[in-house]
Amino acid sequence: MEQSIYRSHILICGGTGCVSSGCKEVRSSLEDELARHDLEDEIKVLETGCHGFCEKGPLIIVYPESVFYCELKPENMEKLVEEHILKGKIVEEFLYQEPVTNESVRSYKDIDFYKKQERNALANCGHIDPEEIEEYIATGGYQAIGKALTEMTPQEVIDEVKDSGLRGRGGGGFPAGLKWQFASEAEGDKKYVICNADEGDPGAFMDRSLLEGDPHRIIEGMVIAAYAIGADEGYVYVRAEYPLAIKRLRIAIEEAEEYGLLGDNLFGTDFNFDLHIKEGAGAFVCGEETALMASIEGKRGMPRPRPPFPAQKGLWGKPSNINNVETYANVPDVIQDGAETYKQVGTEGSTGTKVFALTGKINNTGLAEVPMGITMREIIYDIGGGINDGKEFKAVQIGGPSGGCLPEDKLDLTIDYDSLLEVGAMMGSGGLVVMDEDTCMVDVSRFFLDFTQSESCGKCTPCRVGTKQMLDILERITTGEGQEGDIELLEELAENIKSTSLCGLGQTAPNPVLSTLRYFRDEYEAHIYEQNCPAGACEELLGAYVIDGEACVGCTACTDACPVDAISGEAKEEHQIDEDACIACGACVEKCPVDAITQ
Amino acid sequence: MDTITVTIDGQQVEVDQQATLLDAANKLDIEIPTLCYHPDLTLHGSCRICVVEDAESGNLLASCATPVTDGMKIKTASDKVITARKMNLELLLSDHPNDCMTCEADGACELQELVYEYGVTEPSFGLMEEQKFEVKNENPFIEFDQNKCILCGKCVRVDNEVQCSGAIDFTERGFQSKVGVPFDQDLGADHSSCVFCGQCVEMCPTGALTYKPAKGLGREYELESVQTTCPYCGVGCQIELKVKDNKIVKVGSVYQEDSPNPIGETCVKGRFAYDFVDHPERLTKPLIKKDGEFEEASWDEALDYVADKLTTITEEDGGEAVAALTSARCTNEENYLLQKFMRGVVGTNSIDHCARL
Amino acid sequence: MKSLAELTELKEQAEKKLRVRKSSGKPQIIVGMDDCGIDAGAREILKKFLAEVNQRDLDVIVTQTECSGQCDQEPVVTVQLPEESKVTYGNVTAEKLEQIIEEHIVNGNILEDLKLDQ
Repeated sequence: MEQSIYRSHILICGGTGCVSSGCKEVRSSLEDELARHDLEDEIKVLETGCHGFCEKGPLIIVYPESVFYCELKPENMEKLVEEHILKGKIVEEFLYQEPVTNESVRSYKDIDFYKKQERNALANCGHIDPEEIEEYIATGGYQAIGKALTEMTPQEVIDEVKDSGLRGRGGGGFPAGLKWQFASEAEGDKKYVICNADEGDPGAFMDRSLLEGDPHRIIEGMVIAAYAIGADEGYVYVRAEYPLAIKRLRIAIEEAEEYGLLGDNLFGTDFNFDLHIKEGAGAFVCGEETALMASIEGKRGMPRPRPPFPAQKGLWGKPSNINNVETYANVPDVIQDGAETYKQVGTEGSTGTKVFALTGKINNTGLAEVPMGITMREIIYDIGGGINDGKEFKAVQIGGPSGGCLPEDKLDLTIDYDSLLEVGAMMGSGGLVVMDEDTCMVDVSRFFLDFTQSESCGKCTPCRVGTKQMLDILERITTGEGQEGDIELLEELAENIKSTSLCGLGQTAPNPVLSTLRYFRDEYEAHIYEQNCPAGACEELLGAYVIDGEACVGCTACTDACPVDAISGEAKEEHQIDEDACIACGACVEKCPVDAITQ
Repeated sequence: MDTITVTIDGQQVEVDQQATLLDAANKLDIEIPTLCYHPDLTLHGSCRICVVEDAESGNLLASCATPVTDGMKIKTASDKVITARKMNLELLLSDHPNDCMTCEADGACELQELVYEYGVTEPSFGLMEEQKFEVKNENPFIEFDQNKCILCGKCVRVDNEVQCSGAIDFTERGFQSKVGVPFDQDLGADHSSCVFCGQCVEMCPTGALTYKPAKGLGREYELESVQTTCPYCGVGCQIELKVKDNKIVKVGSVYQEDSPNPIGETCVKGRFAYDFVDHPERLTKPLIKKDGEFEEASWDEALDYVADKLTTITEEDGGEAVAALTSARCTNEENYLLQKFMRGVVGTNSIDHCARL
Repeated sequence: MKSLAELTELKEQAEKKLRVRKSSGKPQIIVGMDDCGIDAGAREILKKFLAEVNQRDLDVIVTQTECSGQCDQEPVVTVQLPEESKVTYGNVTAEKLEQIIEEHIVNGNILEDLKLDQ
């Protein structure tokens, strides 16, 4: 008899983060060990999407005990199988240890990183096999399509989404229901729904994780949107750098077609819907909806003026609705549970949850889904576990290249679309980069401007040339060439680029500069007027290193460490640094056993 | 069609619903500068020079790309507008060589005119210091200096939308963006689909695309314009000869709705093959060969001579001894008449046409 | 997919395969699987439990645990019904196993004669 029920399921995270930390090797070692103990019939191993706790990968969860093991290596599998799987002894050493208390935690539900989260969009990520449609169906998947198609009119679906208060998760936060209403009212013999999976913010990976971990949820959201606006064809525009997401989405589409959840006459109605994948070549600007549609059409990804909006004239001139991955991921819950239930989470103006990608100088990097209205402090300290290496918090960059940097006194700000705009940042797609005291805010601006400048499509004057001029000025400041008037010029340029650029990329490109000028103006001034980088990050502004002759023990550790041979001196005698040759890299400081080197 | 009323600089104007702010301003004869806008091409909206201010929100709107809405109040010359236009001009200048003295486009450069008009005497970001791109001028007709390009995209649009050559398009990103050619080769090179219609040069607002044969032969303001019909094929395209000292310097386009080439289209011959006009070997009178030498003759003399010869040949050897070759430069009517004359009067079927070769 | 009913039926089928991932609130059969248990044949017992549960289509978790200290009574099996205290059986054989399932798991009657003192 076929063993259809296993006594244990071992879920191994197969998200891109865990793939890079070696989950494939862990899996194959695990399978070898299970085979060695003749356990294959009793234990099922399956690969899931991302758990979000990428910092600690590779991760596995063992059911039914829901034991969470992390930072696993292939050689750990022998012990894990022998002790836990066979004999039922939980292997303490592979459990997660809380950084403060050093206590081992058995279940992921008890880990601080997960405790404050409210995983709705990510509910299945890490908990089901994304390549197995029946696992999605078992969790209640595709019920919302069934409900919408058989019990609701398209207008009722739109009204439900409107009532839910769901706003676009891709950046701007435009109400999704209203967008659907426009597309529904637009006249056209053919309409499209498009999913924007061209996630491009540095450090952001929530869309990728959703597609890798729960692709059917996105398909379901898109089918519901198609029904609501009267579309019969859709595209997921996903960047080609996401091969795993594409692979899983492709499998999911094939499965959905096979199960009659995509195609003709869904749920016995006359509603038809086909879904395609369009792989993007990785241009950041293709996340802008008109550029994205141009790219699907096979043209260069360049934005065009709006209006006409995609709802009136979108893909191939037809009315189109375009939402982000995470927005679609919220739709099945809105329909299945109803707008009233959905609204219970979040704030009045920003309902539901938001997925953030935590990166930077923070203990727990990874994906966190939190209710709107949570404070930045809760995300950074309770979920993120605070700053690395006991350093001081300095700023958090939210919203990617379009967002802003917020200082410590904004940590208690409750996060929603509107509160963030008020303080000069924006929700964006949800990237959170945490910075510590060693981060130079002028350098951070320079980094983001460098990014937007090279990702500008080059179409309109302010974005193409204006961001270049801003970048030039910032480079000047960070290399000690800043001039009086540079700050004012940056402000004038920023204002012009914001108010005259053609698309969202240009209109928001100056935000990192404006927000750092707003909260960290003194750092700019220190660079320009005092030739000093207060964070000690801008190399050109740091003086050469000197060796305190009395403290030096002549161990030669610094001489060996210096990459440019700027340090001379005999062994056991005092050493000297050639100031002209020194590049102030700091390598010698780290090696000096007696702290004799200073700047 | 329903109309709506908007107020521009305090004046009310009624325009149709599809109109843009630029259309509405034009109707009031209020001038708004543009660089990338062209009425015959698709909307691009890239130069951001035509911005105007929405009096209510204070937002700047690209007038070429913004449809009018009822009751809109617009300022076209507020401080905010002027500052923005000026800064966008400064930005364009920072990425543009400062060589107006020797530039072919001097006096006909839209960027130069605007910089002059807006008094951008000390551009905040300086001027282009080093050439970014090598000038492409190996071909005989068009010099392409990408350094002078302001990426208005008019050349790209006319090439792809009107001429349909697909010879040029945008390449690269960010500050390195340019109007590119396949494999970065010259126009007309092995992989180029350029047919040298010259439409892109006509559209170019700066000196990025210029006519190579006209180089150094005269400034735009020195040239006299003569509208004429292209002397080549029978289509009858309207062209504009730009003439200095009674010599053709270049051939410009005529944008005239009722002409066979309303968007100024020409082919390479109409655009560039005008050498013959002043060529010393050009025939200006009929010649008749007498004693082995050509001698000038009058038209009457020449026609009589041809008539005589045709009569003699047909009488002696029959009509089939005669063949006629006609020209693509003649109109359809002229070609029709010639073959009718040959078949009906001379009696031959040996008739051919140069376009068949 | 022709109807919501068809989807719901498919969902119920699919849920069975995922039962093991939702253990809370479900009856559990816990087999002592330390060296002592395995030596006394606990693996076979565990497999049989699994097969039996599977055959009867019961929503019961079959899992393993370490030595409880009653090595001489192995194989030791603990049955935990929701909101009831654990009952441990010793020297479990294939025969007893069926009794445990039939009586205790299905009918909820503790097999007093097989029960071990805690």
